[in-house]
Formats: sequence, C-alpha cells, structure tokens
Amino acid sequence: MVADGVEDEEKWLSAGMAGLQQNAFYMHRALDSNNLKDALKYSTQMLSELRTSKLSPHKYYVLYMKAFDELRKLEIFFKDTISLGFSIVELYELVQHAGNILPRLYLLCTVGSVYVKTKEAPAKDILKDLVEMCRGIQHPLRGLFLRSYLSQVSRDKLPDIGSEYEGDADTVMDAVEFVLQNFTEMNKLWVRMQHQGPVNEKGKREKERNELRDLIGKNLHVLSQIEGVDLDMYKEVVLPRVLEQVVNCKDDLAQYYLMDCIIQVFPDEYHLQSLETLLSVCPQLQPSVDVKTVLSRLMDRLSSYAASGVEVLPEFFQVEAFMKLNNAIHKVIEAQADMPMVGVITLYASLLTFCLQVHPDRLDYVDQILGSCVKELSGREGLDDSKAARQIIALLSAPLEKYKDIDTALKLSNYRCIMEYLNDSMRKEMANIIIQNIMNNKKTISTADKVDGLFELIKGLIKDSDVETPDELEDEFKEEQNSVARLIQMLHSDNHEEMLNIINTVRNHVLMGGAKRLPYTIPPLIFSSLKLARRLEGHDQSVTGEDVSVTPKKIFQIVTQTIDALASIPVPGLALGLYLQCAEAADDCDLEPVAYEFFTQAYILYEEEITDSRAQVTSIHLIIGTLQRMHAFGVENRDALTHKATGYSAKLLKKPDQCRAVYACSHLFWIDDHDNVRDGERVLFCLKRALRIANSVQQMANATRGSSGTASVVLFVEILNKYIYFYEKGVPQITVESIQDLIELIRNELRGDNAKSDAVTDAFFSGTLRYIQFQKDKGGAISDKYKLIAL
Amino acid sequence: MNFIIDAFKPACHVSVTFADAKLRKQVALKKENGQTEMVPLFRSQDNIIGTVSVEPVPGRKVEHKGIKVELLGQIEMYSDRGNFYDFTSLVRELDIPGEIYEKKDFPFEFSTVEMPYETYSGINVRLRYVLKVTITRGYPGSIVQFQDFVVRNNSPSPSINNSIKMEVGIEDCLHIEFEYNKSKYHLKDVIIGKIYFLLVRIKMKNMDLEIRRRESTGSGTSTHVETETLAKYELMDGAPVRGESIPIRLFLSPYELTPTYRNTNNKFSVKYYLNLVLVDEEDRRYFKQQEITIYRLAESSEQAEAL
Repeated sequence: MVADGVEDEEKWLSAGMAGLQQNAFYMHRALDSNNLKDALKYSTQMLSELRTSKLSPHKYYVLYMKAFDELRKLEIFFKDTISLGFSIVELYELVQHAGNILPRLYLLCTVGSVYVKTKEAPAKDILKDLVEMCRGIQHPLRGLFLRSYLSQVSRDKLPDIGSEYEGDADTVMDAVEFVLQNFTEMNKLWVRMQHQGPVNEKGKREKERNELRDLIGKNLHVLSQIEGVDLDMYKEVVLPRVLEQVVNCKDDLAQYYLMDCIIQVFPDEYHLQSLETLLSVCPQLQPSVDVKTVLSRLMDRLSSYAASGVEVLPEFFQVEAFMKLNNAIHKVIEAQADMPMVGVITLYASLLTFCLQVHPDRLDYVDQILGSCVKELSGREGLDDSKAARQIIALLSAPLEKYKDIDTALKLSNYRCIMEYLNDSMRKEMANIIIQNIMNNKKTISTADKVDGLFELIKGLIKDSDVETPDELEDEFKEEQNSVARLIQMLHSDNHEEMLNIINTVRNHVLMGGAKRLPYTIPPLIFSSLKLARRLEGHDQSVTGEDVSVTPKKIFQIVTQTIDALASIPVPGLALGLYLQCAEAADDCDLEPVAYEFFTQAYILYEEEITDSRAQVTSIHLIIGTLQRMHAFGVENRDALTHKATGYSAKLLKKPDQCRAVYACSHLFWIDDHDNVRDGERVLFCLKRALRIANSVQQMANATRGSSGTASVVLFVEILNKYIYFYEKGVPQITVESIQDLIELIRNELRGDNAKSDAVTDAFFSGTLRYIQFQKDKGGAISDKYKLIAL
Repeated sequence: MNFIIDAFKPACHVSVTFADAKLRKQVALKKENGQTEMVPLFRSQDNIIGTVSVEPVPGRKVEHKGIKVELLGQIEMYSDRGNFYDFTSLVRELDIPGEIYEKKDFPFEFSTVEMPYETYSGINVRLRYVLKVTITRGYPGSIVQFQDFVVRNNSPSPSINNSIKMEVGIEDCLHIEFEYNKSKYHLKDVIIGKIYFLLVRIKMKNMDLEIRRRESTGSGTSTHVETETLAKYELMDGAPVRGESIPIRLFLSPYELTPTYRNTNNKFSVKYYLNLVLVDEEDRRYFKQQEITIYRLAESSEQAEAL
C-alpha cells in the first residue's frame, strides 16, 4: 500500500513536471517572440500544474521550485514589456483574467512584484492587494506555497525605513502589517492542514507539516530583518500580534515551533525588554507543547547574552529578568501538571544557568531555585527517570562550575536535599563530579563544618548504600575511592585545632565506609593526621596556651584507633606500613614510647597476620628501613627492635631473601649521624652471615640444578657493595682484605667453568669495580683509603 | 455557354459607402455564415449619410423601374427563420425609372435616425440594422443589395447603484454572506466583492463565480428561455473554515457581454446573472444566482474607471 502510494506519487510528480516543462517551453518561445498573449496563456497552463492535490509537500516543493524558476524568467519578460511602454496597470489587470485562481494569483504576485518596482503605485497598496487576494487559496498546501512565493518576491520590496520603496508616513507599519498578515494566514493554513484528511494518517500529516514549517518561520525572519522594527514597535505591535496568532492557533506543533522561532530570530535585548509578554504566553500554550524546551532555549539565549559582557547586565536587573523567569516557570509547571520530571528539572537547570550568569552574587536565588526543585521532587513518586537524574546532575554541577568553589555549594541548604533524590549510581556520579571540581580548582577546604557538609554530599562514595550492588565494577570502584582519597588530601586548615576537628570529622565519615573502602580512605587520613602531628612538633615553641588541646599524643591516639579499624579487614600489609609511618612521625615528635608502641603493633602484625612470604619480604624491608631512620629510641628499645628485626630477617623462607634482609639489617647497627649506633662488630656479623647464606644459596643451586646460577653471584656482588659502603664509612671491622677476598671470590665465580655468564651480573660487578677505581683516582682522604684495595 | 453564365451574373455591381467611413469606428459583426465582417458603428440619432453606387457590367445597361434605399431595423426569431420583423423602416427614393449605362452614384441621407435597440446576435434571436438597396426591375427581377451596420447605444452611469448583499445558507450546513459592490455594471467594469463564511460544515473543494446570460424570446405561453454561461471564474481553491472571507475581483472586459435588454420591442429580453457556485468534495453544487444589470458606458469614461 505504502509503496504503491510512493510509486504513484512519483508518477504524478513526473507527470506534473512534464506538463510544467512542456508549457514552460511554449512560454519561452512566446517570450522570445515577445508575444505577451501567448506568454500569459502558457504560463497560466504551466502554473496549472501546481493545482494538483496528489503530491506530498516534499514532492510538491520540487514542482514549486521548478515553477519558481520559470516565473523568474517571466518576471524579467514583464519588466522588459513594461520598459517598452506597456502599461503596468493594464498588465496587472490582464493577468487577472485567468479563470483558475491558482495560476492567476501566481501571475498576479509576479506582476505585482514588477509593479512595486516601477513605483507607479505605492508599494504598500500593491502588497496589501496581493496579500488580500491570496485569501482565495484556502487549500493549505497550495496556499502555503503561494504565500511563500509572495513572501519571497516581496521581501526586497517592503516599504521599510531606508528602502527605496519607503512611502510618506508610517511606512514601516505597512511593511510590518503586510508580513504579519501573510504570516497569520500562512500559519492558519498550516494549522488547518492537521485537521484535514483521514484520522489514521495523523502521524504522517504531522511529519509533512514539520517539513513545511520553515515556510512559516521565514515570515518571522523577514520581520526581524525589517530595519524599522525597533524595540518599541516590536513590543507594541510585532510581538503581541505574533503571540496572539501563536496562542489562538491552538496547535501544539505550531506553538512550539513558532515560540522557538521567535526566540531564535529576534535580538536578545528585544527578548529582555519584552520578557513579560513573551513569558505570559507560555502557560497559555497547549499542554502538549514542549514548553520546557522553549523556555530553556530562551534562558539559554539570555544567558549567553548576559555572558557577552558586563555592560548588558544592568538591562537584566532593570527588567527583573530573574523574577519574571522564575514566575513563568512556576506558572508553566502549575499549568502543566503532567509534565515529566525531566522537564521540570530541565527548566530549573536552565533558570539556574541563567541566574548564575546574570546574578552570580545572588546565592539566595540559586538556593531558591534548588528549593523549588526539591519541592517539585518531593511531590512526586520516586525518581526512576534516568534522564531526569541526568538533568539533576547538570543542575547541581552548574553552581560548581560557576563558582569553582565547593564552599558555595555547601552554603546552599537545598543542595544536599536534591541529592537525596538521586539514586545510588547517580549520587556517586555527582559525588565524583564534586570531587573532580575540588581537585581541578585546587582549593582546600578548611573547616570541619564544611568538611562535614561535603562528606554528607558525597556520602554515596563514602558509605555503602542500603541496597548492595554486588556487580559493581572493580575498576570503577577503585577509581572512585582513589578520588575520595585525593579529596582527603585537599582538606586542610592552618589552624591546628580546626585541622584536628577536620580529621575527626573525616574519620567519623570514613569509618562508616565498610571493609571495601577503608584500605583506600584510611591511608590519606593517616597521612593527613601525621602531617598535622609533625606540624605541631615543628611549631612547638610557638604553641601557646590556647592550643594545648591539640597535642601530637592526641593525634597519635586517634591514628592508632583509626588504623585499628583496618584490623577487621585483612590488609595487614597496609596496616603495617601505616604503623611504621606513624612510628616515624612519632619519632619526629620525639615520642619514644609512642613510636615503640607503633613498632610493636607493626611487629605483631608481622608475626600474626603476614604469612605470605612475599609480603613478609616487603614488610621486613619496610621495617628495617623505618627502624634505621629512628632517632628517638633509647639503646634498650632499639636493641629490642633491631634484634627482632634481624631475627625476622633470618627466618625468611627463601635464602636469597634471607640474605638480602640480613645484609640490610647491617644498616641498623651503623648510622652515621647517630653516635649511639656505631656497632661495627654487629655490622660485620650481619654481612658475614649474609655471605654464609649466599654461599649456601650457591651450594643449593649446585646441588639441585648442577650448576651455580648467577643468582648467588649477584648476592655476592650486592654484599660486596655493602662492604665497600661500610668501608667507606670507616667501620673499623671492615678490612681491605675482606673486600679483596670478596672481589676475588666473585671473579672466580664468574670465571668458573660452570658459571653461565649473565650480563646483568657482569655489568653490576664491573660497575662496582669501576666505582672503586673512580674513588681511587679522585684524590683526597677517601682516595687514600681506596688505594689500599688492590684490584 | 458564355451568355448563359452572363445571364445569371448580376447585371450590375451595387455598393454602399458611408460619408464618414474613414472616421467612423468599425466593429466586427458575425454574419450568418459564421464569418465576421467589419462594419461601421452607429448610435441612435446618428445621421446616416452615404452614397449608393450602381456600376453596370461593362457593355451592358441596367434598365430599372426605380432605385430606393431602405434603413431597416429587424428582429429575426430563429424559430421563424427568414421572417423578419421590421421595427424600423425608412425609405429614400434614389432614382426614377430609367436606364443606367455607366457607374452612377446616388447620395442618400437619413437624419437623426431613431435606433433604440442595439444590434444583437443571440441563440434564438437576432436584431440587426441594415441598409437595403433595391433596383426595381420587371424582368429578370429586382436587384437587392444589403449593407449591415451595427448600432450600440451608450447609457449614462446609473444614479442609483446599490451593492448586492445577501446572507444565504443551508441550515446547520453552510452559511455564507456575499457582497457585490454594485448591482449595475458597465461592460468594462470590475466586480468587486467578497464572500464571508459564517458556517462551514461541508468540505468545500472550490468556489466559482459565473456570469450567465438569460435570453428569453416570445411572450406568454410561447416564451422560450435560453441560458448560457459566459464566464466561469474560480474564486476559491480549497476548503475554507468559519470566519474566512474570500475576495472577489472579476474584470468583465474579457467576456463578450452585451448590455441588459429588457423586453426589446416585446420580442425578447437579455438578462445577466451572477451565479455563485460552491462545489464540495463530492462534487455537489450549491449556488445562488443574482441578477445584475449591464449597461454600456461611453468609451472615454470606461477608460477612466478601469483599475
């Protein structure tokens, strides 16, 4: 059926085209031979093809365009005829003799256009006559195209100000009147189209009408181009008349399109000055009209106008644009009770954008808008519309982007309320946006209250929701938690007490986060706390009485408790690391017992929780490293801890790991800037033990694989480096001989028949030797020392 | 054989020339055989002055019993073809009986001739003016020559010329109000008006304005009426809705109209009607007919009134 229809239409179109072209051909001949009578006859016949009712607007347009081209030629012919002395008045009458109205009117418009140009009669009279006569076409499609033709041929002939067709008085008014009338009639025809034809083709008609809409919109464009339409005339005449037509036509398609058209074609300042009129129409539109888009577009336009420069802002204030828009939105929402949530939110989002642009200083407006949103949201059942949620996110993001400061958002009491209406994933997204915003703006948040508010906002990321979402993407989750971690770093106050409060606040929030989140959120919190502790230490002298409430001890208590929270989750490695960090911080604060306690905790963790050998290796190196840097410990404590650490090292599972841990331990006994820790014996002991282990590694390798892998040789080279280090530091127990022996040993190993050469080991070794050589050549005390080593 | 042909040939050539032929306007006149001929135009009370020339065939003489010229106004009913009713008959004797040997001119004059009716050629009736030259002879019969001419009479603009305004309709179906700016139009006039749709419950397709001529001949029971549509002028294309008003502007000049003739010599009448026809989508026609009077205005003033 449909295919047939299309096919038939094609046939009709080509038949129409053929008829049109044939008559055009005869018309051309008549034009060439200067035969007016025949020209009129054939042009009339040609135009008769436009009388068809069988074509869809699209196809009809094709036919129309062809006729349009031909009419241009005819117009030129008319002009020539007139210039040869034929009376234009007579010609104007002559074309009206045609019996059929459609060709007659096309010809009349064409001659009329020439008539205006001759200036033998005032343009306004001719135009008025044309637009009146066109009433004869009541068929929507044909009428639209005819009037569109009229509009086309007349647009450069309007009696506008400054135009050559300008008349004596009030001439712009005539031009405006003409265009308005044509517009009104076209719109009527356009609307009528909807109601003609079978009901079941309603959708098709709507589509067809949509294709035609620009024919109508063009009139508004013409209006906007008329020089003489100044603000006053726009306000007094043009806009009211256009709006009257818009309201009265009661057609949703037309109303939506025309409103949009008005907003797009006329200048911003006109809109601003006529805001009330324009807005008052919105509630009167059909309920099915997409008012929200219309209003949004309007606000967007005004927003960008406001953004164009500060000098226009007073205009906005003067007309109280915000209040007017706000009222209009309320009215529209009231009038259209079944407007979907997304529409409501979109409206408010646009208003918000507008407000931010025009009244950046009026936070109360912003809050008011958000408040209205809350009211709307609260009145409705749930918010499962994802589009609406999207809009809410846009709404909430707008102030952040504008003020680049979370403070502002925190000041808006309704901000949080709105977030309540988002679902979990949306809330998370919003939280991410907020964090991102803070990060990008690099502004620290400096009071506990704000922090509290902020964490309330982003609690989607902080806390598990009531409904667990098991399929959460791991990567996404990590990303989220990492941003929370980053956020924690942004919280900072120079005031110690406040900072403590902040830490406490964050802690309270973070601790609710559950096992999955803590590993991400606790470390930054700890570091932040430790930073504060160190700061306190640094400012110890300047601390006066009022600040006593904040002491490092207190902080360490909090920290301990915080880390304890990790105990419930099996992340002992992380906890251990944090304890060590704390110990170091405590050390910086000269709090020996505290530091010791932290170490104890770390050791307990090591012993009880860390069972994986790899983790053990990492942990033991951490322990050794941290311990080495400790200053605060007395001999006793230190001994206890180092002893333990050495013990742990020797008990590692893999021999190479043992070896490395043991020689690392050597550093625990000799610290340059620490007079109490200079125990050369123990250093040597450690190194020797390491050598022993390395030996056994080698033997084991020989035994199991039949060849000594280079693994043990690397160990030897590493130990050699330790020897050289301590030798250089002047540990008396490290002798030249022992170094030389070691070098020899390594050389043998490398030369050994069953040793596979390994580039890395070779390079490492020769690098070591080069270092020795370099030190020798350097001169000075060190050089002297090195000269004792024979290579 | 020649003498036989000669016997049937007219013995002489008779022609009529008007004195002011060069200045007088010529108009086309449709003759009975369908051809048109240009003939001079007269008005009532004009002087018809001219010359009748009789030119015998060379070498022959015309013997006659007198020559006369008659001015006849005739009405011919086609139902009674060939039978003329003369409502005007004037005679001028041109020559006493005698013989004509060579071309001879006879001037004649009819002064201020009353010619109240216009030349008309309709469907059932014809009104004509003719000059009839008769050369009376015994044997071989009289020679008769006709010369047609056309009479047209201008009327002054009517002093009262009301518009025609009327509301018509079919109950709950269609109500329209129409208006024609005048009730009397001259031949080159323009009909201006509008149709206002008060109620439309019918899907219209288009609307035409027709000019119809009603020619009635005879009288009483034998009256014969013939109607023809002279103009069909599309006023509207498509279906209007309530409140629409459609303009009318119809130029009369392209159509071959005559003035309205009311009861011409009790023989016939010619009347004109405007017929407003609305056609709906099922091709049903709704119409309303209104008589208008058409008159002939002097040419110069016609020009002035045209748009």
